[in-house]
Amino acid sequence: MTVAGDVVLQVEDLHKSFGSTEVLKGIDLSVRRGERIAILGSSGSGKSTLLRCLNVLEMPTRGRLILDGEAVGKPAAGGATRYREAELNRLRARVGMVFQQFNLFPHMTALENVMEGPLSVLGRSRAEARRTAQRHLERVGLGGKADAHPARLSGGQQQRVAIARALAMDPEVLLFDEPTSSLDPELVGEVLGVINDLSEDGRTMLLVTHELGFAYHFATRILFLHEGRILEDGPPEQVLKSPREERTRRFLDRFTAFRF
Amino acid sequence: MGYVWDFFAVARNADILLAGLGQTMLLSVCGIAVGVAIGGVLAAMRLSGRRTLSWPALAFTEFYRNTPPLVHFFWFFYGLPMAFGLTLPPFAAALAALGVQSAAFFAEVFRGGILSVETGQWEAGRALGMGRARLMRRIILPQAARRMAAPFVERSFELVKTTTLAAALAFHETIYSAMVIVTQTYRPLEVYTVVAGLFFVVLFSASQLAEWLEARGRRAGAR
Ligand SMILES: Nc1ncnc2c1ncn2[C@@H]1O[C@H](COP(=O)(O)OP(=O)(O)OP(=O)(O)O)[C@@H](O)[C@H]1O
Ligand SMILES: [Mg+2]
Repeated sequence: MTVAGDVVLQVEDLHKSFGSTEVLKGIDLSVRRGERIAILGSSGSGKSTLLRCLNVLEMPTRGRLILDGEAVGKPAAGGATRYREAELNRLRARVGMVFQQFNLFPHMTALENVMEGPLSVLGRSRAEARRTAQRHLERVGLGGKADAHPARLSGGQQQRVAIARALAMDPEVLLFDEPTSSLDPELVGEVLGVINDLSEDGRTMLLVTHELGFAYHFATRILFLHEGRILEDGPPEQVLKSPREERTRRFLDRFTAFRF
Repeated sequence: MGYVWDFFAVARNADILLAGLGQTMLLSVCGIAVGVAIGGVLAAMRLSGRRTLSWPALAFTEFYRNTPPLVHFFWFFYGLPMAFGLTLPPFAAALAALGVQSAAFFAEVFRGGILSVETGQWEAGRALGMGRARLMRRIILPQAARRMAAPFVERSFELVKTTTLAAALAFHETIYSAMVIVTQTYRPLEVYTVVAGLFFVVLFSASQLAEWLEARGRRAGAR
């Protein structure tokens, strides 16, 4: 059933408005299993909104979301879709998310943070949840911090715990929304390193980032979002080195304006 | 000419006063229980995101927050029999008045505590696939509870002091007992000084205890 290369996530004509402002203006996207997609775009272009629609933290205003061949929600009048809470919870359990602000649970230790999903969503036993949580913490290099509360961890460590928490759900698709943007520069590397190491699992990942160098090495595919539309979609080599669109070139130029 | 204090007049009637204090405590504890129960429901209604639920709850809380408590004591004691032919004994009437009014305040405490938890916490829970009830119980409430503690204690103290209004319904709590002693001894100064002292000792010890518990909770949270 889980063949590498088949379509795991499909988005058709996705629209999202907040009040009268349309933020996503028709996104069509087909994500194959094992793809690592970096999403670029200037501030306000809708990158976060797109990611948040993919695990339905935001309800799309219009369009279809298909996970593993199953459409999410039931069609309703006017092209809208009706979603049932239980169905959305099931979907979110399969689509993990790592936030810019980490959002660790401050009243729990690192280990308890990672155990929480398996324990209360997947219904694992305490012993089993603990075992896998410890393994995931070790994977992100924090096996020794299991009993520390988030307040005692550096930003980089917190984000690694957040990654372990998402991994513990064994999600089919893992979303990262600017995972290093609120980190001190010297902590960015350790988090990117951990994300890069996940590549070997062949897990499908979508990552919003402003780290072009990382996107180049990590991603198998790059999307450039502009004003709620996908303007460019291709392999890193092509999008970053010879973009088709003038907009993309101008965006990229801003990152390479200062060199030494 | 100096006033000659005579606290023996109070000491001789200590049993009446202490019995009254006992009734005050009983009414307080029951009042808090009723207030917390109704307040919890009101807070849930206000946070439900459904107008049909949140508006009535809002109207209820605003009404009771902005009207004097004594009115409600009288209403439940004198009004209910007239309007509905339902007669409540003083304790029940006082409890009803205290319960509904403090519910309005407790509801605000609960709501404030829950709303003070960052949206990121809700999102992190939802992103794991947690349902609303579980998310509330496992993620939001444990964090909200810590922030509710201080205002909760504050409101509870207000409630304890408000129980004295039950004296107006001839309920034998501390103030009513004090009045009884005063009519027998003509020593209002001593009697009410002792009453103030009693309330102070009870509430001050309770606040020390609450502070100690809070500090302990904080330490546990930041382990
Ligand atoms: N909940 C919301 N309510 C109203 N407007 C919103 C909401 N969320 C996002 N927006 C608006 O939608 C637009 C796109 O926001 P989004 O966060 O998706 O951009 P982004 O590409 O992630 O930007 P950034 O790089 O700054 O994170 C912005 O103009 C933003 O103000
Ligand atoms: Mg964003």
